[in-house]
Amino acid sequence: MRELSVAGAETLSGKQRIDRSLLIGICILAVLALTPFVTEIAGGNYVLNLVLKAMILAIAAVSLDLLIGHGGLVSFGHAAFLGLGSYVTGIALTEGITNALPVLGLVLLICGLFALITGAISLRTSGVYFIMITLAFGQMLFFSLSSLSSYGGDDGLTLWDSPVLFGQNVFLAGSGLFYSTLIILALTWFFVGRLSVSRFGRVLRAGKENPVRVGTMGFDIFHYRLIAYVIAGLLAGVAGFLTACHAEFISPSTAAWQNSGNLIIMVVLGGMGTRNGALLGAIFVVLIEESLSLITHEWKLIFGPLLVFIVLFAKGGLVSLITRPGGRA
Amino acid sequence: MTFTLLLIQILNGAQYGVLLFLIAAGLTLVFGVMGFINLAHGVQYMIGAYLTFMFLSITGNFFVALLLGLITALVLGLALEVLIFRHLYDRDHLDQVLATFGIILFVNEAVKVIWGPGTLTIPTPEILSASLQLTDNLLYPVYRLSLIVVGIIVAAGLYLIVTKTRVGMLIRAGATNADMVSALGVNIRRLFTIVFGFGAMLAGFAGALAAPVFTIEPGMGDDLLIVAFVVIIIGGIGSIRGAFIAALLVGLIDTLGRTLATDAMNLIFDASAANQIGPSLASMLIYIFMAAVLFFRPQGLFPARGAV
Amino acid sequence: MKKLICALGTLLLATTARAEDLKIGLVVTLSGPPAVLGKQIEDAFKLAVDDMGGKVGGLDTELFVVDSELKPDVALTRVKGLLERDEVDFVVGTVFSNVLGAIFKPVTRSETFLISPNAGPSTLAGKNCSPYFFSTSYQNNQNFEVLGQHAQEQGIKSVFMMAPNYQAGRDAMNGFKKYYKGEITNEVFTPLGHKDFSAEIAQMSTSDAEALFTFMPGGMGVRFVKQFRDAGLADKMKFLSAFTVDEATLPAQKDAALGFFGATTWAPNLDLPQSEAFVAAFEGKYGYIPGGFAMQAYDAALLIDSAVRAVGGDLSDKDALRKALEAADFQSLRGKFSFNNNHFPVQDFYLLRVAQRDDGKYWTEIDTKVFEDYTDSFASECKM
Repeated sequence: MRELSVAGAETLSGKQRIDRSLLIGICILAVLALTPFVTEIAGGNYVLNLVLKAMILAIAAVSLDLLIGHGGLVSFGHAAFLGLGSYVTGIALTEGITNALPVLGLVLLICGLFALITGAISLRTSGVYFIMITLAFGQMLFFSLSSLSSYGGDDGLTLWDSPVLFGQNVFLAGSGLFYSTLIILALTWFFVGRLSVSRFGRVLRAGKENPVRVGTMGFDIFHYRLIAYVIAGLLAGVAGFLTACHAEFISPSTAAWQNSGNLIIMVVLGGMGTRNGALLGAIFVVLIEESLSLITHEWKLIFGPLLVFIVLFAKGGLVSLITRPGGRA
Repeated sequence: MTFTLLLIQILNGAQYGVLLFLIAAGLTLVFGVMGFINLAHGVQYMIGAYLTFMFLSITGNFFVALLLGLITALVLGLALEVLIFRHLYDRDHLDQVLATFGIILFVNEAVKVIWGPGTLTIPTPEILSASLQLTDNLLYPVYRLSLIVVGIIVAAGLYLIVTKTRVGMLIRAGATNADMVSALGVNIRRLFTIVFGFGAMLAGFAGALAAPVFTIEPGMGDDLLIVAFVVIIIGGIGSIRGAFIAALLVGLIDTLGRTLATDAMNLIFDASAANQIGPSLASMLIYIFMAAVLFFRPQGLFPARGAV
Repeated sequence: MKKLICALGTLLLATTARAEDLKIGLVVTLSGPPAVLGKQIEDAFKLAVDDMGGKVGGLDTELFVVDSELKPDVALTRVKGLLERDEVDFVVGTVFSNVLGAIFKPVTRSETFLISPNAGPSTLAGKNCSPYFFSTSYQNNQNFEVLGQHAQEQGIKSVFMMAPNYQAGRDAMNGFKKYYKGEITNEVFTPLGHKDFSAEIAQMSTSDAEALFTFMPGGMGVRFVKQFRDAGLADKMKFLSAFTVDEATLPAQKDAALGFFGATTWAPNLDLPQSEAFVAAFEGKYGYIPGGFAMQAYDAALLIDSAVRAVGGDLSDKDALRKALEAADFQSLRGKFSFNNNHFPVQDFYLLRVAQRDDGKYWTEIDTKVFEDYTDSFASECKM
């Protein structure tokens, strides 16, 4: 019985609700998988690139949702991992390491360390203080990246090589990268989804509701949160790796706070703490921003009020629009 | 660095700090009393500047333009509150962040469409356009001194309002426990509207005051908004006294740090490395300071609970 | 709502190109305060196309204007749209070096010619030069080198240097120091977007430097010039700058900038018939005085026109087109113009001075010629 009281109401009605959201997620991924075929007929590389950009950001958004939606930890510095991941990749490639495995290994190592250290410090705070301190760390990383003159500083650095995996150019911009990204996105989505329904996820969510109670039940919530923070950092670091492969260019602006804000928007807009929220949010934001900019240069005049509208009337984000109210999509 | 230079830098830091206080005061009240994260506070700062510019070109008198601008900024702030923000008080902080962010996008684009993207200037008012000969080589505009004076007056005025008046007492009580205040029969909705309108007006006032020195351009409030948040975190959310002291501290640290950082780095590294690290370090100083404060005293220097 | 669906539909539809058309994509910043520069370029380019009767190089021209929003990732997406959805023959851009860096590889790899009407980072002039990249502006360091040379020639003994803390600011410092061998009292980097220069001005006042060298683009320049003048330093230090007092900022700076110096390859008062005609036409159509950015964009249009004409409208032979571009067989608004081996211009550089015209508007005037047929310092690193 105790397990259930920690779990909360959502899993009580069990399999049916969860299966539905799983189905929706799989549908979205399937549509994404079909995109290269659709764009052969209409849209071309342009749309393919746009969807690829959305998928990479979706990976970062899903990892952020683990913190925001499930942990109640709003990190305003999550783009730092995107930036760090892309820079580790870019610098490694420039210095001659073109094998994907060591590059990814470095990305995971460095992002993991950064997450561990900054997480250990930041998680001593909570609420708005946590927001500010993650912002501070993000800014510090941004300024550090901007001062790397030998790697372009804030002019950025063009990457002339692309990581090679077992001799295959799977990360070369184009359909190779598209499927590599899709696989990583699917794995990320599935992993975070499973994590959220596992015991780990339930403790995390309980800590979001009432950390004191969780503490008295014998769980060290700091421990759980730090693990979640590192996992999120690692996943976002991989998204950074993909960003570098996609753009073939690294720039400190990837780590700027505006980008962190962008990720938060994707998560909240899509629906925090839901299985498909971050995924939908990322795709929606990227596609809408681009579509609106085709109509007018002043597209923010439309996008701004659209955000306000969605917040006021679609409580629970975009996922609440495609499910029955009360469902956990 | 000579003693004269140090004194001048302290003066400069104080002036920056006072401007930060004017912005942070409204922000900390709104956050402290209503628990509402208002990212749009930065655009309210910007709107004050643009409105003053507009009225100045119509009336030709800075003070008349300032007054008209303030009234319009107040009206716009109240309109925002009634139409949008009022519905968000009970919502998650993140929903507030998202909605206010949408407003930032819209207003920044709107001012660009109405007044163009270029940086605009307004002349300092005639009465205050003199300068003090601070040293042989340096004139210090009287207008900047008047900014410091105005800021201190406003701070004192706010402090008196919040500690000595009934409305102030309600604000302090609302910051501590809004539900209780409501349960005691106070019209909490009206209180919130007053606090919000007043905060918006303060921000607009800061923007208008700063305009002759810092110019007017789209997005001018966004960077200052981040620093204002740093200030209220350091000072303690909901505390006017905290906002004032933290603002001065941040202003001084930022100004002095900028001057001293490269010199300090020159002691450790060679000139070219120092020139690279120094400025980046200077930009990070206020964040490092904030992180340090959060580490030792997470609730801020002068938390609102009980005190002001 | 219908427009939104249309736009989403546009995303999906691949446009088919008519072989007779010439398509040019223009990538500039149209967001935020730097939009004034992007607008100058857009306005000048459109004026050029109009002056050619809508036919650049004799072909019906379609112009696609795209906003980079000063964000590399946004610029990348939009430029890929230009290349793949709109299938442009030329990409003209950008204002800022970091955006140029982001779009460089995709554009040149698709064998589309990239013409920069402003940004000129050293990597593209040197080791990363490309047969598909041309600049009608300058290499970023050059304008600063002009000021250093001038200061050295004039025997100025001490200089206080100030620039924003980003790559272009660092280029500025290095460029100035190339020829100037006198005393540098301070080398100060301010944050980008800096608002309050009182601390830096205080440092200047106690430095006893004879001259100030600065690079403060956009809003920073507007604020700094005003604060510098208000502090009474304008009479104490000679004001040497680049991109700080130009036609983009002078309308706001007004009297505060009078007598200050700038440095670049052209001024609107240049005594050449084609230049005077351009300034008059631009002012007549748009109501403001064009600056260097506009001139460089107009020249980019002239360059494309001359090259397309030379190949007889056949854009498929890239080698012939490149040779035609390299020939630079057009009458530049600045007079003498030719390309170096790295596709950057060989041109004259001047010291400019801010003045007020008879009709009350402010502009820059040519003061002295500092370099003739000047090339950049990175050309030798380019293997072309």
